[in-house]
Amino acid sequence: MTEQPRLAEQNVAVLLPEPFVKWFAAKGWSPRLHQLELLAKARAGQSALLIAPTGAGKTLAGFLPSLTELAKRPRRKPGGAHRGIHTLYISPLKALAVDIERNLGKPVEEIGLPVTIETRTGDTPSHKRQRQKLAPPDILLTTPEQLALLIASAGARRFFEDLRYVVLDELHSLVTSKRGHLLALGLARLRAFVPELQTIGLSATVAEPDELRRWLVSQASPEAMSELIVVTGGAKPDISILDSEERVPWAGHSARYATPEIYREVKRHKTTLLFVNTRSQAELLFQELWRVNEDTLPIALHHGSLDVAQRRRVEKAMGENALRAIVATSTLDLGIDWGDVDLVVHVGAPKGASRLAQRIGRANHRMDEPSKAILIPANRFEVLECRAALDANYLGAQDTPPLVNGGLDVLAQHVLGCACGAPFHADALFDEVRTAAPYVSLDRPTFDRVIDFVATGGYALRNYERYARIRQTKEGLWRVSNPRVAQQYRLNVGTIIEVPALNVRYVQAGSKGAASRGGRVLGKIEEAFLETLTYGDTFMFAGRVLRFEGIRENECFVSNAPGSDAKVPYYGGGKFPLSTYLAEQVRAMLDDPQRWKKLPEQVADWLRFQAEKSVLPKRDDLLIETFPRGNRHYLVAYPFEGRLAHQTLGMLLTRRLDRAGAKPVGFVATDYALAIWSLADMGWMFKNKKPSLAALFDQDMLGDDLEAWFADSWLLKRTFRNCALISGLIEKRHPGKEKSGRQVTVSTDLIYDVLRSHEPDHILLQATRADAATGLLDVSRLAEMLSRIRGRIVHKDLEQISPLAVPIMLEIGKMPVHGEADETLLMDAATLVEEAMGPEMAD
Amino acid sequence: MNFSLSRATLIAEADFVGIAGERAVCDRRGVLYFPELRLLAVSDLHLEKGSSFARRGALIPPYDTGATLLRLQAVIADYQPRIVVSLGDSFHDGGGAERMHQSFRERLEAMMAGRDWFWVAGNHDPDAPADLPGDTVRELAIGSLVFRHEPSKLRVEGEIAGHLHPCARIVQRGRSVRRRCFAGDGGRMIMPAFGAYTGSLNVLDRAYAGLFRLETLVAYMLGAERIFAISSSMLRPG
Repeated sequence: MTEQPRLAEQNVAVLLPEPFVKWFAAKGWSPRLHQLELLAKARAGQSALLIAPTGAGKTLAGFLPSLTELAKRPRRKPGGAHRGIHTLYISPLKALAVDIERNLGKPVEEIGLPVTIETRTGDTPSHKRQRQKLAPPDILLTTPEQLALLIASAGARRFFEDLRYVVLDELHSLVTSKRGHLLALGLARLRAFVPELQTIGLSATVAEPDELRRWLVSQASPEAMSELIVVTGGAKPDISILDSEERVPWAGHSARYATPEIYREVKRHKTTLLFVNTRSQAELLFQELWRVNEDTLPIALHHGSLDVAQRRRVEKAMGENALRAIVATSTLDLGIDWGDVDLVVHVGAPKGASRLAQRIGRANHRMDEPSKAILIPANRFEVLECRAALDANYLGAQDTPPLVNGGLDVLAQHVLGCACGAPFHADALFDEVRTAAPYVSLDRPTFDRVIDFVATGGYALRNYERYARIRQTKEGLWRVSNPRVAQQYRLNVGTIIEVPALNVRYVQAGSKGAASRGGRVLGKIEEAFLETLTYGDTFMFAGRVLRFEGIRENECFVSNAPGSDAKVPYYGGGKFPLSTYLAEQVRAMLDDPQRWKKLPEQVADWLRFQAEKSVLPKRDDLLIETFPRGNRHYLVAYPFEGRLAHQTLGMLLTRRLDRAGAKPVGFVATDYALAIWSLADMGWMFKNKKPSLAALFDQDMLGDDLEAWFADSWLLKRTFRNCALISGLIEKRHPGKEKSGRQVTVSTDLIYDVLRSHEPDHILLQATRADAATGLLDVSRLAEMLSRIRGRIVHKDLEQISPLAVPIMLEIGKMPVHGEADETLLMDAATLVEEAMGPEMAD
Repeated sequence: MNFSLSRATLIAEADFVGIAGERAVCDRRGVLYFPELRLLAVSDLHLEKGSSFARRGALIPPYDTGATLLRLQAVIADYQPRIVVSLGDSFHDGGGAERMHQSFRERLEAMMAGRDWFWVAGNHDPDAPADLPGDTVRELAIGSLVFRHEPSKLRVEGEIAGHLHPCARIVQRGRSVRRRCFAGDGGRMIMPAFGAYTGSLNVLDRAYAGLFRLETLVAYMLGAERIFAISSSMLRPG
């Protein structure tokens, strides 16, 4: 929509009060169609979802209904009663709320509106919060957690009684998490306070806008949806894949090969935004760029583990256009408006077409100019993925994750919050909760179990009646049994559980005595990785094979395990799994030699060699190759279903192979493939149907095997811990206020064991299993894949490694270390490549 | 099955340890049995730890007492001891016995019936448990043995104590194993915590400093099938 359709001036005048019309004119702007459309719908009393690319004036559009209404409101008489909040703005990021305060303050001041705007976040001092309760601003900018706190305070109903609008920014990113569940419940509560409340959702493009439209309005009438306004894409973005003169690596995620070419682009543009998928990649790219930065261009780094002050400095410099390039992770994905970015470089594969579109939207904030972006694939599979993503972007395909049912742990937190605010009736709250889209299919027995859980823990053994946190009055209202409960609730509100990285501490083999408790720290490692380990597992880190000895407080103890195989792979790739849509695109591309023409020559050659030496999988087939190498036998499968699903598949297949006598030693999973290695000849076993591949990949692995693995997996214990924290079963730890010592804590692992053996159907275990199945294991995706490939498994028993297997074989034993080059860990790439392709292709 | 037969079988298979000249069976379930005295010692039951938390607002599952008593019941049924010594912190707090569910109380009383039962006072439960039989003592001396909750600072031959919840960790042939354990040096023995919600502390922690002669310290680690006696040189911290 490069042409702004002209609106009859009359229409504008009806919708926009005069000071606004003048202000637009003074700026030399005219209100955009979608801004007026949204205003008209709001005027008509409707809630609406506005989907627009960045730079479309989304924020102003979202606030116009409030501002125009507030402009016409008579001034409060001095000494008159304070009015309540008129508009509540909720964003996923504190920084975004602060940014909006600045951006919105400008027009408000210029138009001369009598409107007060304030933020309320975790950083707001308590005297200001107190004052806000007595004299609320007209527009309050805040976060989902703060809303939960406001709802849980006495007098919440009064505080919100004048509320007209709730503006929800970056809605697409809010709704997919437990924060979104909490927010949906909060919104339902607000609607109970103010039935005529209107919501305005602001979102980037999503696959299923209807899901968001339902999310915005009460589901009391089934499938009710908000109005929808879509601003289509601005100018078509100009996206290219870097056609490097260098050799594209077989594996890895650093894209180091392209550094000089990236630097050349930075020099040619005013401000370049460089996106990577992980923090370690960001660190690495930043260092690489500075290594070649002979002109000492101002290049900055921005990611989540950096100190806040440092991040603010970078943001400020960006705003002042003082930077030439910023290396960033997802912290900058969301719609914070800063600076004139004229190029987006995406290093590594985007993992999802929607994510790519969102990131590219960062370039050129004027939506009528084409955004310019360059994709830098870090390895050969990523070349395929980038190509697929690029095609998808032109097609406008979207692949945001589907919304999941609301968590029961979140519901428990909300129920207690409601009781802290005011006594509630279970029937009324049940009806209210079901108006929130994530909880629309919640059944009454489950809801009652949640209430029971909040009250007394919900145990079959009714032992805690006297410690009930909420109690039913004679009139049937549930109320908080004592003020301390509300106090505890306030300290524990929210669904964000800090998952810090743990120090990896070396324990010298053969050390003894109390003095040798810990050796030196080797680095930091994400807890998420440690979750997949059991004691005794070996993995590579900081140039050694290490054995996992255990976790103690915030330290992971390891010992040396020289000469062993690193059994468990470390996932150095992006955190986001390859989206289903892109995976399908990549499979389709492999199957279609016509499409290889668009690929760089070296990559097309690679595929041709694969077709010659092995076979390329058909679009819906699963290719499995087996081959010996060294003193191991390898199985490589190419499901293209993303790392999470592959990881789960790997865990389950190794169990099965172990039972079948294959003596599996380890496995590695990437977004594209899964490799398992063993002592026995798996190729021979499959050919002789001992077991057959069909039996090995049978869907029944998602039954007993999954259960059995669940039972003693670290993963489930950690998930249980999160559910226990969110649901309020145990208290969050507060940095600085932690009481040390074993006497005041009880390990959630022990609780898990006891609960699992005594009440396996307890609601919290139910919530835990649901979480693990969706979030951590991608079980549903694995299930779809297993059903898709039934009867479509193609087995190639090879003499040696195939070209397609080279990338994953290189992942074996490879391990990025934060901010540190790990040359010594790389396998001998040259040998592998030569074996696979013959000497002429290896360089 | 005949009780005495089962006891004889158990003891024949078990490893005996010597403590100040007395022979004891280190049972893999975390109890000590002195056959000559027909005495069973168990430590740090921490009964009603769950409800102790619940009292303060953390409604953790109330099954710890049941789980702990069930295991204790099994041990008592096997050994049929004449004397039972519960080595302190039998209840997680002073009000624990009072809070205990009636069904658990009955189960406990059934176990106590027909034998001498001593509640050694612990730091969590310094007073006698409400409405329960048995004798509450600060410490108990029988023969050359002294039973007390907290190990004394000075070296005492024949001291059996609890309080510290010992565990040990070893690394063997590529595997690391961390288990609750008995810790003894021939003169003194510190028992593992028996309760379902009890954590544990490595015997190499500084809290144990000075309690043992390191050269003769053995950690009797609780295995799934049996006890493993591990000399101190093999132990790892953490």
